[in-house]
Amino acid sequence: MVSGGILCGIALVALVGPWLSPNEYLAADFDNILRAPTVSEAHVFGTDHLGRDLFVRTMMGVQVTFVVAIVASVVSLVIGVLYGATAGFVGGRVDAVMMRLVDTLYATPFIFFVILLLVVFERNFLLIFVAIGAINWLDMARIVRGQTLSLREREFVQAAELIGVSAPRIIFRHIAPNLIGIVIVYVTLTIPQAILIESFLSFLGLGVQEPQTSLGKLVNDGIDQMGGASWMLLIPATLLAAILLCFNFLGDGMRDLFDSRQSR
Amino acid sequence: MLRYTLRRLLGAIPTLFLVIVLAFLLVHAAPGGPFDDERALPPEIEANIAAAYHLDEPLPAQFLRYLGGVLKGDFGPSYSYRDYSVSELIGRSFPVSVQLGVLAMLLATVVGVSVGIIAALRKNSALDKIVMGLAMTGISIPVFVIAPVLVLLFAVKLQWLPASWTGSEGATRFLLPVISLALPQIAYVARLARASLIEVLSSDFIRTARAQGLGTAAIVRYHALKPAMLPVLSYMGPAVAAVLTGSVVVEEIFGIPGLGQLFVRGSLNRDYTLVLGVVIFYAALIVLLNLVVDLLYGAIDPRIRRR
Repeated sequence: MVSGGILCGIALVALVGPWLSPNEYLAADFDNILRAPTVSEAHVFGTDHLGRDLFVRTMMGVQVTFVVAIVASVVSLVIGVLYGATAGFVGGRVDAVMMRLVDTLYATPFIFFVILLLVVFERNFLLIFVAIGAINWLDMARIVRGQTLSLREREFVQAAELIGVSAPRIIFRHIAPNLIGIVIVYVTLTIPQAILIESFLSFLGLGVQEPQTSLGKLVNDGIDQMGGASWMLLIPATLLAAILLCFNFLGDGMRDLFDSRQSR
Repeated sequence: MLRYTLRRLLGAIPTLFLVIVLAFLLVHAAPGGPFDDERALPPEIEANIAAAYHLDEPLPAQFLRYLGGVLKGDFGPSYSYRDYSVSELIGRSFPVSVQLGVLAMLLATVVGVSVGIIAALRKNSALDKIVMGLAMTGISIPVFVIAPVLVLLFAVKLQWLPASWTGSEGATRFLLPVISLALPQIAYVARLARASLIEVLSSDFIRTARAQGLGTAAIVRYHALKPAMLPVLSYMGPAVAAVLTGSVVVEEIFGIPGLGQLFVRGSLNRDYTLVLGVVIFYAALIVLLNLVVDLLYGAIDPRIRRR
């Protein structure tokens, strides 16, 4: 739960920080190019090779990271839950075909498809989100299907069927609420994956484009200036690692809490 | 075993076909053509270019031509490296990537399994907790963060190891890229090996062995290790995929002329045929290695074959 607190802290600083800082996001301070981080001066995290304030840039990167995490998770949540619940509820041959498709998709190296997608189409923000969400729904679909399959046999669902409640209504009113716990756990576990993919793409120059920035992009900029300005690499790298670590710990903790059958 | 093998082989074919169809359609759904230029060319020249690359044919005909080529190992000409075919480019850069990948996988398996066993045998000790905490950190930190930090530490500050591939010779240039690639996998393998060995060690047949007076070392070596390694073996498929993805980044950082670097260059240059070819090649590689893992799994664990 400490990780949850740290995440909230990072999110808050990222949201408020750029407002409080005296420096503008795009403004270049030509007197202070590649200035090392100092507490006393205006540039807390130092500046980059164009004299831009690294604190504001890093916080903008963190904002992008969180937005990606949220949007991609919602996309994977919607697709995964709908797909999994349908397969699990309808069952039989439909279920077999739907899950066979998921198995096939599992074996395909999706990350390369996303890159292909980004090569072929314009590199816009929205496409990246959707693409990342579209990769991540497979796990969710499998877990939701398994859960639905067992819920389907429970008395209250059979009772609902008996008195003639329609299938979509059963899924939304009776099955979906019982899925919430496990879904929350797996959303927390997909968030770090989404962040990882986004920063991977941005690192390669295929993700978020200038003038916008993201942590992956900042790490890449940092590599170019590694020899003289190690802070340009270390600050975004540490932040990215910290965010991922916190999400992973949070997810693990939630799994132990909600889903005692899976934890050993 | 023969039936199992055949069924697995047949199962791999639709996956590969799906990959080729999807990738092909994606590339051909692209707005604009690969030869759209700033300056307008005379229509005759455009038509000639289109004809030379068979872009004037209907889409199904193009697909069949491409599929036929792929089956023969021919991915067509590269659009940006005009003098090379995609197959030549892949053939030239793949060997380096294979060396990196194999070394990283070996390192990850050996170190990961050893660490996992040690942690499992001292379950809940301070050592176990430290190792598992480190493993969690290792899983969380992406390759493109580990690699530059290692470079900064060992190449820039300490100057023990070369920072880039070109301009250095011998085995030392392998060290940093391989370690960067292997670290997250070491962490995964260690966690898996620990969890599964703990589970096996708590099962009945181990208790029987213990009751008969066998020591811990003998129990682990002769009874527990083989069943405990099955989950690790089944993770090898995803691990290969992760190492391939990681190699894209690592080759870019260290300037290694491998397949990953080729792929990134191709992506940034919008070299459609090159990217298409590399994606299909990667996919085929992953499907093939997954198949090998499946077959090994079936050979080791007879229960799997019957399902």
